[in-house]
Amino acid sequence: MNDKIYKNLLFVAALIMPIVCGGIVYALVTDAYEAFEHFGFFKFLTSSEWNYTQGAEQYGALPFITGTLMTTLLALIFCIPFSLPVALFVGEYFKGTKVASVLSTVTDLLAGIPSIIYGLWGFYTLRPLIMAMNISPQGSSILTASLVLSIMIIPYAASLSAEFIKMVPNDLKEGAYSLGATRAEVIRKVVFPVAGSGIFSSYILAIGRALGETMTVTMLIGNTNNIPDSITSTGNSMASIIANQFGEADDLRLSSLIAIGLVLFMITAIINLIGKIMIKRARIA
Amino acid sequence: MKKIFKSVMMSFIMVSLVACGSETVELSGAGATFPLPFYNVVFEQYASKSDNQVAYGGIGSGGGIRNLRDKIVDFAGSDAFLSDKEMAEMAPVVHVPTCMGAVVVAYNLDGVKDLKLSGDVIADIFAGRIKMWNDERLAALNPGVKLPSETIIPVYRSDGSGTTFVFTDYLTKVSPMWASEYGAGKSVNFPLGQAAKGNPGVAGVIKQTKNSIGYVGSEYAFAQKIPYASVENQRGEFVQPTSAAISAAASGEIPADTRCSITNSDAAGAYPISTFTWMIIYKEQNYSDRTKEQAEATLDLLKYILSDEAQNIASEVHYAPLPAKVKEISMKNLKSVTYDGVSILQ
Repeated sequence: MNDKIYKNLLFVAALIMPIVCGGIVYALVTDAYEAFEHFGFFKFLTSSEWNYTQGAEQYGALPFITGTLMTTLLALIFCIPFSLPVALFVGEYFKGTKVASVLSTVTDLLAGIPSIIYGLWGFYTLRPLIMAMNISPQGSSILTASLVLSIMIIPYAASLSAEFIKMVPNDLKEGAYSLGATRAEVIRKVVFPVAGSGIFSSYILAIGRALGETMTVTMLIGNTNNIPDSITSTGNSMASIIANQFGEADDLRLSSLIAIGLVLFMITAIINLIGKIMIKRARIA
Repeated sequence: MKKIFKSVMMSFIMVSLVACGSETVELSGAGATFPLPFYNVVFEQYASKSDNQVAYGGIGSGGGIRNLRDKIVDFAGSDAFLSDKEMAEMAPVVHVPTCMGAVVVAYNLDGVKDLKLSGDVIADIFAGRIKMWNDERLAALNPGVKLPSETIIPVYRSDGSGTTFVFTDYLTKVSPMWASEYGAGKSVNFPLGQAAKGNPGVAGVIKQTKNSIGYVGSEYAFAQKIPYASVENQRGEFVQPTSAAISAAASGEIPADTRCSITNSDAAGAYPISTFTWMIIYKEQNYSDRTKEQAEATLDLLKYILSDEAQNIASEVHYAPLPAKVKEISMKNLKSVTYDGVSILQ
């Protein structure tokens, strides 16, 4: 009897998550429908105009898709030179030592800092620096947002990569050493090939995090609804246009914002799915 | 077991009786950030006098009006009055002006303390037609001021905003170019520069960015000690946004529902980018299960805001008090507010 209740309880609990997720998708699709119907799905994705003028309303998601993808990609590029060495330090060179555990704790700590604090730091410290170095006269830019984003995603990329590097079997490494390989060669020829798809998937998960980041990006990207013509110009991301404008949006504009939300949801879901598949492959190999 | 249950129930009943006994009503409103510094002081004063608490969310005029339309707040704050079209979509509402304020053109320019600007020059700066600080039209307005040869960085609002409405409403009146290309609205497609969320956001960006210029509610420029320009009015006077200059802008005719723009006033000494800021409530206060006490408290709050005591606070925090005739009209409008069809104020 008790067992049955327990089982049913678990069943209900397990059922709630898919229902919530399905409900979110359902709500997004129904509310976004108006925008897709009005502009056409592909026209909405490829139009770069975001015009509020009553009567001539025209909403397209391209500037925001571009902004999101540019900041995410740049953040990923900036994050690799920092997160990969940390992962190697913790997972290979100083594996199991006190230094390594201190370093990995500090890196993980970065993940716990609220994004508004990264935003403030970016706004009051990094932004004046960008202006002083004459990189961009207005300070806010795709580049500024990406730099801060890259720091935010380092812990996600670094700690997971370190786990995969730790998992490389010792026999393989010892075999390589016995053949006279140097440490650098072992890392290049043994560790990376074995842990490669795992490391790749940890970066995919980091990307997932960068895609949806809102507060920090809003504070640093400049919030202009045009396709950025260079990385030092201002732009806007999908998450930040929603945060900025949903408050007073209604009808078609609200529907367009929700449609952007749906597109963001899809991009994030696809990227996470790729990550999951890669992790599975890494485990089998 | 039964005994414990009984005593727990009893204490619940006691607590709820006590809660009913005191007449605290919690009012909630949302909307414009522009008058927020004024409201913060006024609501606190009001709470200490009447036991009623007021919670106000500064989410922007557009958001406030939407909350009112969704009937989830007692009042909305807005710097833009409802258009005829918006009025037609909602149950009848009453606009109550609470104070007057100025939208200032704030800037960050090394070594320049008093900049003078005219309406068409401001319009051309925000439209990107005047690109450099040492443009000859700026130099002509500011003889003797050393203007740097730097690119102007306009800063505007990324969210829908009553402040944007007041500013662009003014530009539309003074610049035919602005009227035909951009127009007035709570969100406008500014062609260049960068945007930030809320009045505090824009003020923060201007403060932090050299060679920038932007528009904010006056109190935000005062609070962050950002310099702001004197703006030329219809009579050719360059005016600072003082309390007196803002009040002067409202010396014209005021319609019975108080829905009017006072930008680009032709009165002497008037600051041209001045505005009323309104609280908007439903004429019929019985909606969304609101109690009569709540309706009475809402009117009581508005009466307090129209009182001399609250209006004096307005000038202390760099807004301007309402002219006597506006207060008169508003009191009359408040008397038309009903609960279940019965007028609340006698």
